Amino acid sequence: MSYRHTIGSRTYQFADLKTLLARATPLRAGDSLAGVAAATYEERVAAQYALADVPLRRFLSETFVPYEQDEVTRLIIDTHDAAAFAPLAHFTVGELRDWLVSDLADAAALAALAPGLTPEMVAAVSKLLRNQELIGVARRVEVVTRFRNTLGLRGHLATRLQPNHPTDDLRGIAASLVDGLLYGSGDAVLGINPATDNPRQVGDLLRMLDGVRQQYTIPTQSCVLCHVTTTLELIKQGAPVDIAFQSIAGTEAANKSFGISLSLLQEAQAATLALGRGTLGDNAMYFETGQGSALSANAHHGLDQQTCEARAYAVARRYRPLLVNSVVGFIGPEYLYDGKQIIRAALEDHFCGKLLGLPMGVDVCYTNHAEADQDDMDTLLTLLGVAGCNFIMGIPGADDIMLGYQSTSFHDALYLRQVLGLKPAPEFAAWLAQQGIFDEYGRQLPAKAARLLGQLPAALRA
Amino acid sequence: MGDLPAPASPAPDPWAGLRAFTDARIALGRTGTSVPLHEALAFRLAHAHARDAVYSELDASKLLADLPELGLPVVQVQSQAATRPQYLQRPDLGRQLAEAARAELAGLAAGECDVALVLADGLSATAINTHAPPLLRRLVPALQAAGLRLAPLVLAEQARVALGDEVGQLLRARLVLVLIGERPGLSAPDSLGAYFTHGPRPGLTDEARNCVSNIRPAGLGYEAASDKLFFLLGEALRRQLSGVGLKDESGRLAEENSGGEAGWPG
Repeated sequence: MSYRHTIGSRTYQFADLKTLLARATPLRAGDSLAGVAAATYEERVAAQYALADVPLRRFLSETFVPYEQDEVTRLIIDTHDAAAFAPLAHFTVGELRDWLVSDLADAAALAALAPGLTPEMVAAVSKLLRNQELIGVARRVEVVTRFRNTLGLRGHLATRLQPNHPTDDLRGIAASLVDGLLYGSGDAVLGINPATDNPRQVGDLLRMLDGVRQQYTIPTQSCVLCHVTTTLELIKQGAPVDIAFQSIAGTEAANKSFGISLSLLQEAQAATLALGRGTLGDNAMYFETGQGSALSANAHHGLDQQTCEARAYAVARRYRPLLVNSVVGFIGPEYLYDGKQIIRAALEDHFCGKLLGLPMGVDVCYTNHAEADQDDMDTLLTLLGVAGCNFIMGIPGADDIMLGYQSTSFHDALYLRQVLGLKPAPEFAAWLAQQGIFDEYGRQLPAKAARLLGQLPAALRA
Repeated sequence: MGDLPAPASPAPDPWAGLRAFTDARIALGRTGTSVPLHEALAFRLAHAHARDAVYSELDASKLLADLPELGLPVVQVQSQAATRPQYLQRPDLGRQLAEAARAELAGLAAGECDVALVLADGLSATAINTHAPPLLRRLVPALQAAGLRLAPLVLAEQARVALGDEVGQLLRARLVLVLIGERPGLSAPDSLGAYFTHGPRPGLTDEARNCVSNIRPAGLGYEAASDKLFFLLGEALRRQLSGVGLKDESGRLAEENSGGEAGWPG
């Protein structure tokens, strides 16, 4: 059905719900590239007025990608929890907005509501929120996950240690790994983006990471971010896989372009859980997402990129992940042009993921052809810290020499923890104190105090 | 309050010796939670070089003066992206020739030829200005000595890789080779990429192309790049294919990457 709103003598009409959401989306390059953005500033606000009046129930009957054609739509509809939705079933999108920002929406209420919300509902309401509301609401949500430590507790901030190297050189990676550990990084995961998906090379990296983790008895998990089919093959070969990684998107066609399906993710989760390597919990998946991925695969079905992104969170939530990471600024300026668009998108992603019950982290990042710099990242980093983001990346000097983009450094995490009083995951914090890296208050000790320095990893002694 | 003692410049961390194993910015040291000032400025300078490269322009007067020594006519074309901001946000426009360029190229095609060479600014015209002439001084004579018929040399502004497919088709070339400035990284603002397509025509995607990347003296040197391209172009023409098929059929090509414009970690 169509939607409309009149401003003065001008009536704006929107052919369907997905078009209404697209036109209501704050301006960004990817929606203009896809031809789904509002033509004028007035049309955008008209769409937001019209969107505010849409009953939430409509999202259960008017699907964005046809049920018959798309397994992500089927997942969203078939797993919708009507009982959790019931208390808000009579709300419009605008009423959901008013309720979310009210004092009634506390942590318990939001956690209870999560299974009743669909990604499209969450995307819709995010379009009516200002940045401060995206932060303020997300901050109330606590999503805790466990594998070998406890992530997401209120007042804590974890980091993924990302020691990439352009040729997967074991010593080069180990050098960055040691650097990160000595700066207190790595409680979310020790996670390498491999330069190639070659199973033998990925296996070598997994064994090196696992060796370092065991040598220093670090309460964390490791991961090589290869394709999930490579992980499955390595599990069969007996490689030390802690958690399985995969990039995911919000439509079946986009996932197909990544070479995955829901059944493949299911298989990977089952195979990883069967290894039983988690000591504190069984959240065994790590997903990465990012606005624009569906459009870049020409698989967006006329949806705006933020709504596609929220649908990817429905995929993620199915497999109870340990970590979900929006790699927000990596995709480039044709999707998110500048620092303003990257910051807005990151806050939306964090808000939508958290509201759907996901352990959201954000890769606070940009490429050199985007109109952004480290000052924009400082702003976003600080906002996400306030919003209660579960984890950020830790990269030597913020400069990833393999992927060729800039993210957040080990120092950036020290800054954020200091200004906001955030602590590492409790088990990891205890390890850092025991190693002489941080003191009992979470402050970094002089570098020479660290015990790790006296016994470098095998890869560096060779 | 009396004069504060000037703080000593923070030293690198005791594990600075590990820098021998990686170019990553490790063991930086710190003051408070900040990196030392000289590290902050070094990062800013590297980013400044990358930003300047994105906004650099083809030095047409110098290229037009230098390139004719290769013995090929040179023609300048534009894509449909009118400005750099538009180019950055509309990759689709950077893949299509401006109308005037279409007419000009169609008029130039004398008959079928083997290889069309396109010099495209991409995301770093600096890379073309610096590295294209020395590379072509090696590659063009080798191609000519092998008896290959070359089309006029095309300088393309606000151009993406796929623009070459339309150029190649209009020039009736069996194969198009696009030299293009790669997305600048902090370590290299001037890296040149070389992409080639057999049977070029609009609408082809990355699977149809092969790439030799990181061409610059500190990466893949001119001589090595020229040799590699000469071999690969010959194979593509002989087997009448490029892209995934060419990669699969030759173990020697295994190290090539397809060089998509929007990557994804993991």
